[in-house]
Order: sequence, then C-alpha cells, then structure tokens
Amino acid sequence: MLLPQLLLVLGAFVVFGADLIWRDRNWLPYLALLGLAVALGATLYLLLGVDLPGEPILGGMLAVDSFALFFQIVAVLTGGLVILSAVDYMQERTPYRAEFYSLLLIACLAITLVAAGTDLVMIYIAIELLSITSYILTGYLREDRKSTEAAIKYFLYGAMASAAMLYGMSLLYGVTGATSLGAIAASLGAADASLRWLVFPALVFVLAGFGFKIAAVPFHQWSPDAYEGAPTPITAFLSVGSKAAGFAVLVRVLITALPDFRLDWVAVLSAISMATMTVGNLVALTQRNIKRMLAYSSIAHAGYILIGLVCWDLGRSAGRFTGINGVLIYLLAYLFTNLGAFVVVIAFEQATGSNRIEDYAGLARSSPALAGAMLVFLFSLTGIPGTGGFIGKLFVFGAAIQVQFYALAIVGIINSVIAAFYYLNVVRYMFFETGPGEAPALNPSPALKVTLAVTTVMTLVVGLYVQPFIELVQGAARLLSG
Amino acid sequence: MNFPILSVITFTPLVGAVLVLLIPRKNEDAIRRLSIIVSFVPLILAFIVYATVWRNPGEMHFVEEYHWIPTLDVYYRMGVDGISAPMVLLTALLSTLSFFYSAFTIKDRVKEYYFLFLLLEMGMFGVFVSLDFIFFYVFWEIGLVPMYLLIGVWGGERRIYAAIKFFLYTLAGSVAMLLAILGVYFQTGTFSILEAAAAHPFAGNFPLAALAFWGFFLGFAIKVPSFPFHTWLPDAHTEAPTCGSVILAGVLLKLGAYGFIRIVLPMFPQVFSWYAYNVPIIPILAVISIVYGALVCMAQWDLKRLIAYSSVSHMGYVMLGLSAAAASLVQRGDPEGLLTSAVMALNGASLQMFTHGIITGGLFFLVGIIYERAHTRDLKAFGGLASKVPYYYGIMMVTGFASLGLPGLAGFWSELFVFRGTFYIIPIFACIGVAGVVFTAAYILWKIVQYVFLGEFDQAKWDQATHHAKLTDMTWWEKVTMWPLVAVMVLVGFYPTIVVALLNGANTALLKGL
Repeated sequence: MLLPQLLLVLGAFVVFGADLIWRDRNWLPYLALLGLAVALGATLYLLLGVDLPGEPILGGMLAVDSFALFFQIVAVLTGGLVILSAVDYMQERTPYRAEFYSLLLIACLAITLVAAGTDLVMIYIAIELLSITSYILTGYLREDRKSTEAAIKYFLYGAMASAAMLYGMSLLYGVTGATSLGAIAASLGAADASLRWLVFPALVFVLAGFGFKIAAVPFHQWSPDAYEGAPTPITAFLSVGSKAAGFAVLVRVLITALPDFRLDWVAVLSAISMATMTVGNLVALTQRNIKRMLAYSSIAHAGYILIGLVCWDLGRSAGRFTGINGVLIYLLAYLFTNLGAFVVVIAFEQATGSNRIEDYAGLARSSPALAGAMLVFLFSLTGIPGTGGFIGKLFVFGAAIQVQFYALAIVGIINSVIAAFYYLNVVRYMFFETGPGEAPALNPSPALKVTLAVTTVMTLVVGLYVQPFIELVQGAARLLSG
Repeated sequence: MNFPILSVITFTPLVGAVLVLLIPRKNEDAIRRLSIIVSFVPLILAFIVYATVWRNPGEMHFVEEYHWIPTLDVYYRMGVDGISAPMVLLTALLSTLSFFYSAFTIKDRVKEYYFLFLLLEMGMFGVFVSLDFIFFYVFWEIGLVPMYLLIGVWGGERRIYAAIKFFLYTLAGSVAMLLAILGVYFQTGTFSILEAAAAHPFAGNFPLAALAFWGFFLGFAIKVPSFPFHTWLPDAHTEAPTCGSVILAGVLLKLGAYGFIRIVLPMFPQVFSWYAYNVPIIPILAVISIVYGALVCMAQWDLKRLIAYSSVSHMGYVMLGLSAAAASLVQRGDPEGLLTSAVMALNGASLQMFTHGIITGGLFFLVGIIYERAHTRDLKAFGGLASKVPYYYGIMMVTGFASLGLPGLAGFWSELFVFRGTFYIIPIFACIGVAGVVFTAAYILWKIVQYVFLGEFDQAKWDQATHHAKLTDMTWWEKVTMWPLVAVMVLVGFYPTIVVALLNGANTALLKGL
C-alpha cells in the first residue's frame, strides 16, 4: 500500500548514492525521473488493480484512498515535469545537483504524505517535511543573494505559520482528546461539548497553516519574494505541488474532521477566497517581473479554487458540479498550465538571463513555437474555452451557482476579467511589440522542449477532452463526500 | 448516419489552420492558396445547407448530437434553421472574400495571419450552428482570441489599445453570460439551447429570471454592440486590418444579435417583453444607438471610424426590431395583427443582420482599398476622386446607397420591415428611430460622397496629404472582392424573398411558439 512512497524514498537515496560513485552527473535527473516513473506506475497499479483498504493504515495515520492516490499522481507529475525543466537550469548554476534532485523527490514524497494523512500528528509532520525541503530548495543557489533572501523570508513566515497551525491542532486535541480526523469528527458530533467554542479559534489557527501553503490572503506575503528569488523550477514546484498539497490537506481535514462546523469554515473561507482572488489579481496588474506576476496570479488562482471548497455541496450532491470535483479538476488543469508557463519562463531566462516582461517583446517573431505555447498557457490561466483553465473555472463557478453562492461567482468572474488584463499584457509584449533589433531565436534544450510539449498538449487535452479526467476526480472525491 | 455537413463546415477551417502550420514560413504563396481553397469548402457546403433549409426553414436541419462531456450533460449539438443558415452563408462568403483580398494586401507574418483567420472562421461557424450552451460558449470565446491577435498584430497605430479594449469588453460580457448559462442549467437541467428555451427557466420567479436575462443581455449587447456598451467598437474597427474590420462588422456583431434571437427571446419572453414594453429600456437603448450612432458618424473625419460608427447605428435597427417582437407578446389588441407585425419586425431585424453584414463588409473593403493608396483616411485629404477613380466611385455609390436604404438595394428591405413591424407595436420608438434613416442619408451623401468624390480634384492637396501617393483605380483583385457583395446587394434588393423566405419561416415558428 505504501509502495509509491517507499519507491520515492528509494529513488532519493539512489540518486544520493549514484552521486558518490558516478562521475558523470548528467544522468542524475534521469535517474530521479526513473524513480518517479516507477512510483507513478505503482500508484496507477494501486488505483486500478487493487482493492483499497477502507480504513486508514498504520494505526490510523495514513489513508490509502483514491483521494490520496489522486494527489500522488499530481505530486509525481509535478516532480517529473519540474525535474525535466530543471536539468539544464541547474547544470549551469550549481555543481551540487544530486542533493537537489533527491530533495525534490523527498518533497514529492511529502506531498503524497500530506494528502494521505488522516491524523493531525501525521499531517503536521508531513507538512513540515514538505516545508523544510522547500526552504532548502528555495535557497539552493547559495551564491545568489535573491535566492538566499527568498529562503529566509519563506522560512520565517513558514515557521510562524506552522507554529500557529500546531497551536490550532493542540486546541483541537484539547477539545476532543483525539488526533485522528475520524475520531475528532465523532467526538465533536457527540452531544457533550462544553469546549465547543474553542473549535472556532482552533479552526482559524489551523487555516493559517494551510492558508500559508496555498498562499491565500492574508497568509500570502511570503510567496512573491520566494517565487521571485527561488530557482525558477522550484518556483514552478512551489506554485503547483506545494499548493496542491495545501488543498489536499485543507479538503481532507475540513470535510472529514469538521463537517459539523461547516458553517464556520465556509464563512471564513469564502471571505478568504474573495480576498485572495481580488488582492492577487489587483497586485498582479502592476508587476513587471514575470515570476512575480505569476506568483500573484497563483495567489489569485488559490482564491478561485477555494470557491470549489466553499461550495462543497453537503447532501445535495446529486448535482454534477460538486465543488470538490471542481477543486481537483482545477488543480489538475492548473498543474499543466502553470508548469508550462514556468517552462517558458525558464527557457527565456536560460537564453536571455532576464525575467522582465518587457524583454519578452518580439518573442513571437524570434521563437514562434515558444510564444505560441505561452499563448496557450496564458489563455488557459485566463480561462478561455478550449484550455484546461476554462474547465476548472466552469466547475468552480458551476458549483457556486448550484449552491446559490452568487456573490462568490460574481466576484470570481469580475476577477477573471481583471486577470485577463495582465495575462494579455504578456501576450502584448510577445506578439504586438517588437524588440530592440532582431532578437535571436531561442533554442530550448531537448528536455525543455519535451516538458513544453507535454504541458501544452495536456493543457489542451484537459480543455477539449475532459471526460476521463472528470471520472478520475469523481473517483477521488466520492470517498470524501460519501 | 447522414453526412455531418455542419461539422465539416465548422472544422474544415481548423484542418486548414493545421495545414497552414505545417507549411514552411517562407512558402507564403502556398499558404495563401491553401487557405483560399480550404475556405471554398464551407462556402460551397453553406450553399447546399441554405438550399436545404429553404424547403422547411422553421425546423432544425442537419442535427448532429454526440456526447462530449457526459458527466456534465454537455453535448456536441449542431443544427441550422432559417435564422442560422443565412448567417452561415454570410460567414462563409465574407471569409472567402477576406482570404482572397488578404492574399494581395497582407505581406507581414502571412503564416500566422492565415492560421488565426482560419481559427476565427471556425469559431464563427461554431457559434451559428451550436445548439448546446457550453459548445456555443466555447466557440463564442474561441473566436475572440484570433480577432484579438489580428487587431493587435496587423492593426493600425493604436492597435494595442484597441485590441485589449475589444478583448476585455467582450470577455466581461461573456463571463456574465457564462453565469447566466449555469443558472439556466441548474434550473432546467439541460445545456441544450432548444430544450432550455422551451422550458422557460425561472418562469415564475421574475427577479431571478431578470438576473439571468441581464446576464445574457450583457454578453450579447456588448457584442452587438448596443449603446452604452459600444465604445470598444470604433476603436477595434478602426484599428483592425481591413479584413479584420470586415469580419468584425460583417459577422462578429451578428453573433450578439443572433444570440438575442436564438437564446434570449425564446427563453425569457416575459422578461424581454417587460423590458421592451412595460419598462422599455431595450428599445430606448436601440433608438439611442440608431440616432446617436448616426449623429456621431456625421462628426467623423476618419472614413473608417465613420463606417465603424455607422455599424452602431445600423445594429440599433436590429435591436429595435427585436424589441418590437418582444413587446408584441404583452400588448393587448388584435392578436393576428400583432403576430404579423412581430414577425415582420423580427424578419427585418434578422434581414438587417444579413444585409448589414454584406454592405458594411463591402464598405470596409472599400475603405481598405483607398487606404492602400492614400495611406490616410482623413476625409479632408480627399475630394474630387470621382473623376480619377470612376470604377471605385461607382462601387462605393452602390454600397453607400445600399447602406442608406435606397429602394432596389438590400438595405431598404430590412429597414422597411423593422419600421413596418415596430410602428404597429411600439410606434413612439419607430418614430424616433426613423430619424436615424435621415441622418444616415446625410452622412453617406455629405460625408462620404461629397467629401471624397465630388468637386474638383486638387492634385496639390492630394500630394501634400498623402505624400505623393499614386492614385489608381481598382485593381482586378479588388473588383473580384467587391463584385460578389454588390451582386448580393442588388439581388436581395430586387428579390428579398431569397433571404426573407428562410427568415420568415423560422421567425414565424419562433414567435408562434411563445
């Protein structure tokens, strides 16, 4: 049952070990990819070929359910695409690459554990594992002052957030006397509850920790700096993998442990959702660095995804736009789209050393394929039909209309229009402006080309032939709502 | 299983676009030829569709229905009736002519240009043949992207501003429509346009129905565009490349009007008639569009901007006809007469969509033709061109007269029908709207005919304004582009039944169903 996780650990150690005995380090990333591929195989085997245990395993610590397996797939895909996009980037910047790839594998492992955790202790440890590997990866380029600064900021905010989260968890434990999510729900459901009033503060503290991971307002301040300073492949990883882990744990904890306090967390989260969308989009408007712009855009997307969670439909799940499906399908579409956008950023940074949006001027003329792919990603982020981003938005807005949260839906669509402006600003530079003189054609490395091809095709596939993905997320979400 | 003619019409341009991508960039002539040849496929099929629908325009023909996203009830549904068939034909005709004309005028980034234009053509066909909301919405928005890029890359001086304005306005409207679509879905349980319309969602709940109505209204009225949502139009039309303007004015504006006829009127008859008669917001906006649009035209000195504003004015007739048809539903009086007038008004509105597409498409081609020579569109720079370019003068006269509604040309009938229907139902608005016809004649005769063509040709002024541009009459390809449009104007002018028969059948069926 834990085969994928074990394989990831094994992969991490093999990469370490190979570094010691092998001179030629250029093969390390592919070794790590092999580890991920095997883990993906094991996950698919569990998903399709095995009767999953109904109960959490390891003394109630971890669930091996389709929800957890879905996030294993997300984690492994993210890891794989990030490694592919990092091959050349890291080769030029640091000699210590084995640790980088092993840490990435461990970060993927951490995501799978976060998504599977059914006990507060397990969840806390898994989140910490993810955070600590992320801090190191963010500051991986020691010579680069921005990278170091980003890591410090990320770490300080992260430490605060995790302290708050731990405090909230301890309050929950104090009220219920249990750390397992199921037991907490049972205990809160029981009639006697003189301490029930403590649940709300506990909820707020726990949400601070999770909100930090998904970069929701007001716990988002770390992300623009961390995103800008981190090595770009790690930025991509943080914006997709880390965020997915945050949503996994948010969904599982709120729905399995605190269903009775639904009104409380729906109220808090809808406020957070609106604030996150609006702040993220408005601040993104003024950004001139593409990594910072994507950071704020990623904050805004957390807001859209939260709509799905807020509009989780208790009891009335006869409808087809259930919010949790929306969360998962949005994450899936966002994975390919955002990773793809970052791959273009990496390719551009590799060739020109710049991350300024102005410098993208004339890209459509010099490298039409790269600009075309970026166009697809930007329109997917905007939510134009034909791309995955539209399907995600369709689901979450559909969920909002279904449960009649019209205000959320309206704030959401207004934000989509605002967001179009800054995404199109990049399109404008790439296609409408001409650069100073004849820009040389960028020639991305083969690994980047593969990543780009995969992400572009998948962004379009999720947009045009979404049915199999819907079935996948329905399987994943059924367990939680049932 | 029958031959999926609508799918072939819709997706042939997509196939063409992919083929264009495969041709090497250097091989520009091959790209041009391929695109033109590809565009003939939907054109020929559109004639077949038109002829088939002719027999029974009140029904859906060539219906195709497949699962697309079964979990969400989203289907791949297509069909055409008497309202959409002329629109499909219009789209095919204007696209083919645009491809042909662009082959001689577009020299920069030819590959991208044709790729985007083919995608745009697919999007337009898709909107007119879709019978499923999500499917409709997908095409609706997909068409937005290539037009945005066409304006931004190949447009005039202020193209960047115009492109983003166009995109944001339309996007704002469409997302509002998306929410309305979702609302209707949860009310009726289907994304099928026809079934949802038949179910009259929110029939007992006026506030919610009004909310959904305004959602759709925003989406379509921005596209039409109706005053006060029209401000994107002059910028987009003026800055777009010639063929971009032709398609914008000729087809894209009709998408909005088509949405009103296909979706809003059948689905929300009560709300629509409320806002058309009891609280007549929509006819008020329509007459403001007509009169204000025409007055603004008279104040323009940029020929292209003038024609852009004339679209605002002319699309106002469509909205007026629609309002009259809706208002007839709540009016008391002779039901027979009301129905006849409502059908008449709706026929006028939908005929105006067709004729305005042909006429304004032609006008934008003509502006492009003079701009190619003079590199200016300033009316003050022209004068006395009639003697220099008589052929161009002749074509412009015919098109201009068609635009101002001269009997014997296409524009006359649509205006006649609109006003004939409207006078019976909401006479006050017909009276105000008629003023627009007068102003239209004024700006066409005074601004275009007089300033551009009449008087003495002043060589010195011309040289100064155009930096010694050479003034030649129309070339053969320009004539080939214009002649089909002129032929349609004359044909519809003398024998309107050729279009009206289709529209009348479909509109009668539609209004009887309410």
